Amino acid sequence: MLDNTPNLQDEAARQFQICNSCRYCEGYCDVFPQLFALPEMTEASATHLANLCHNCRGCYYACQYSPPHEFDLNLPAVLAELRQDTWERHARPQALARVFHSHGVAVVAAMTAGFAFVFFLMATLRPESGDGFYAYLSHNAMVAIFAPAFVVPLAGLAYSLRSYWREIGGGRITWANLRHMSGSVARMKNLSGGAGQGCNFEQGTRYSNARRYAHQATLWGFVMCFAATSVATLLHYGLGWEAPYPFWSPPKLLGVPGGILLCLGTGALTWLKLRADPELGAARVWGGEMAFVLLLFTVSATGLALYAATGTTAMPALLALHLGAVFAFFVLTPYTKMVHGFYRTAALLARR
Amino acid sequence: MGATMLQYDVVVVGGGNAALCAAIEAAEAGARVIVLESAPEHMRGGNSRHTRNFRCMHHGPLSVLTDTYGEDEYYDDLLRVTKGQTDPTLARLTIRQSEACLPWMEQHGVIFQGSLSGTLSLDRTNAFFLGGGKALVNAYYACAEDLDVTIRYNAEVLHVDLSDGRFHGVTLADGEQIEGRAVVLASGGFQADLDWLARAWGPGAENFLIRGTPYNRGVVLRDVLDQGAQSVGDPTQCHCVAIDGRAPKFDGGIVTRLDCVPYALVVNRDGARFYDEGEDVWPKRYAIWGRLVAAQPDQIAYAITDQKAQGLFMPPVFTPIKADTLGGLAQALGLSGDALEKTVARYNAACQNGNFTPGVLDGLATNGLEPPKTNWARTLDTPPYYGYMLRPGVTFTYLGLKVSERAQVQGTHGPLPNVWAAGEVMAGSILGQGYLAGFGMTIGTVFGRIAGQEAASHAG
Repeated sequence: MLDNTPNLQDEAARQFQICNSCRYCEGYCDVFPQLFALPEMTEASATHLANLCHNCRGCYYACQYSPPHEFDLNLPAVLAELRQDTWERHARPQALARVFHSHGVAVVAAMTAGFAFVFFLMATLRPESGDGFYAYLSHNAMVAIFAPAFVVPLAGLAYSLRSYWREIGGGRITWANLRHMSGSVARMKNLSGGAGQGCNFEQGTRYSNARRYAHQATLWGFVMCFAATSVATLLHYGLGWEAPYPFWSPPKLLGVPGGILLCLGTGALTWLKLRADPELGAARVWGGEMAFVLLLFTVSATGLALYAATGTTAMPALLALHLGAVFAFFVLTPYTKMVHGFYRTAALLARR
Repeated sequence: MGATMLQYDVVVVGGGNAALCAAIEAAEAGARVIVLESAPEHMRGGNSRHTRNFRCMHHGPLSVLTDTYGEDEYYDDLLRVTKGQTDPTLARLTIRQSEACLPWMEQHGVIFQGSLSGTLSLDRTNAFFLGGGKALVNAYYACAEDLDVTIRYNAEVLHVDLSDGRFHGVTLADGEQIEGRAVVLASGGFQADLDWLARAWGPGAENFLIRGTPYNRGVVLRDVLDQGAQSVGDPTQCHCVAIDGRAPKFDGGIVTRLDCVPYALVVNRDGARFYDEGEDVWPKRYAIWGRLVAAQPDQIAYAITDQKAQGLFMPPVFTPIKADTLGGLAQALGLSGDALEKTVARYNAACQNGNFTPGVLDGLATNGLEPPKTNWARTLDTPPYYGYMLRPGVTFTYLGLKVSERAQVQGTHGPLPNVWAAGEVMAGSILGQGYLAGFGMTIGTVFGRIAGQEAASHAG
């Protein structure tokens, strides 16, 4: 895809020029006011605007110049391609990003490898004693495996983000930018259609908030699951309170509803994605995106199943599946759709 | 030919704003409605798909509109552009009803946004559609579908049966006949029929560009006029502005506008100037330049600027032709280098010292030049030079059907009992000359709603 970068930039510039002469879409999202305020279009500006776009598709369905009009405007698609290019270009190593972004099969293979890896560990490192999960894999073994699987990809992602921030000239982060960003993310303002009517994702010209709500269920579900793990770590090391935790404990009170939200959110996103027109996104990564959503779904579904299976014979197998999925998710973070959240947050934080 | 005859309460001919307002009103009144849109689905909506706002009377802030815009002020604004060529009763009716239309539009799915950047002067008078006219059209189609209105695309009406002075049915291009108790004609003007334009305007009309839909060919208008319906409006005139000469033949819409003329020299095919480029600010002059260019040989003109003018006007959608010398620019534009250099030299010699102030009439005028440039007359001498091709771009035609206050079409012997008209096809009654931003959508909405209500009540 890197070979296509100049063409992609030219095509984005061509479409932006038409948008700039029309301006009818100004109220949909953050992209248009920022586009119209630019003194001139540069590659860095185009990259920034691409990462600001949430693919709500309002501008496409409202556009009098969308195909088959000879102006052939499809801003959601060209910006999706440009975003994809940004994520792959700034990733290290780039080859991994190219593989996992575009190939759902690769994501599924990584997940399967994750399962096998954990099964293998459980078979070879099974402790002599331990409660609950730790009867199958000791706490220390889990930390030894998951701490680097979490920290190393995150460090890689931080490197990529810094490189992106320099490219777009993000500038110093101000309180105003922080407020703007957190308000936008918390309410997913850029999927609101500008007036709360939502976006044009799964039912063409009609607006709907389904994707906005599904996305927020996924986002908040993920945050709660992550918080559950973080709280458990604090309890373990700070208070010496070790797993398994009862239902009325902070890790479970965050993790169970979080897992349910994540399951529902990713399930709904999959359903919506099957109904949306792939030509209004980065069509070549459809499979990779879908597999990533399913990976998240697997993480949450196996987590819930594992809790439900406490004390049954299904527990060890479910533990391996859950840990394997989590492992694959962590390791793939810099190379999958997961990066969109970080880049988009950066775009919302950048100098306006 | 044995085709099935379908019977509807209300047949709506057309698929733009006025047609949809009529269809929605009629369906809400309980009528069985069919909408016959001649365009395919992706091109639906006629010229409405290129519009961007709705001019609305209001007392106090209303939706996105600020302050107050009263009936008399609105009417005065209209008179100023039409130079009195308006039906006062119909015009005042339209203006008065616009206030109730805005909430009705919102209830039926239209979403408004604050006035667009660069159009702040309109935030009191014009409510802008979020996403523009096509988003409005999409909202109305969704609303009509929800009301079980039958919608047919690629359904070009060739004939409206008005035998015995009343409506019976329509015949489509494929021969299918559709019967109805009442009809609403909302099929737009005839500006996309270049032969008709050429008959009205002269052979030069073949070189005109049509800013809107290619589907407004006036077939229904012609057919109904031929059957004795009364007309209004000058049959030879159209609203015609100067747009970028590289715009598509049809459907270029808003982005093909060119705002550089006040800061340019404009020459014709022979390299000669023909009108004062600096007569007034561009929003007050863009409409006359369509006619001016139309009167030049080959209906073409070229606006020439130098480096100093860059950034003074809205960026055009087509990149201008650029050259380091006037001769080079002339060559790239297909003009005579000698002629252009002479015209520029004469102009430069006539420029005077003074303060150049863009955006306001600065009085910086040429001295002893014919025609003069009366504002923003700075020398043209700083390369690179830029050339912009200008062509006449037709927005709409003025000839239309004469209607009553109830939107009823007038026949030779009085009103046709079950025939109504709305939108561009009847706008000539109100807008006999010129144009007032956002007023076409107001006429379409007000009369579309009236026509739909009347037709449904007749059919019921």
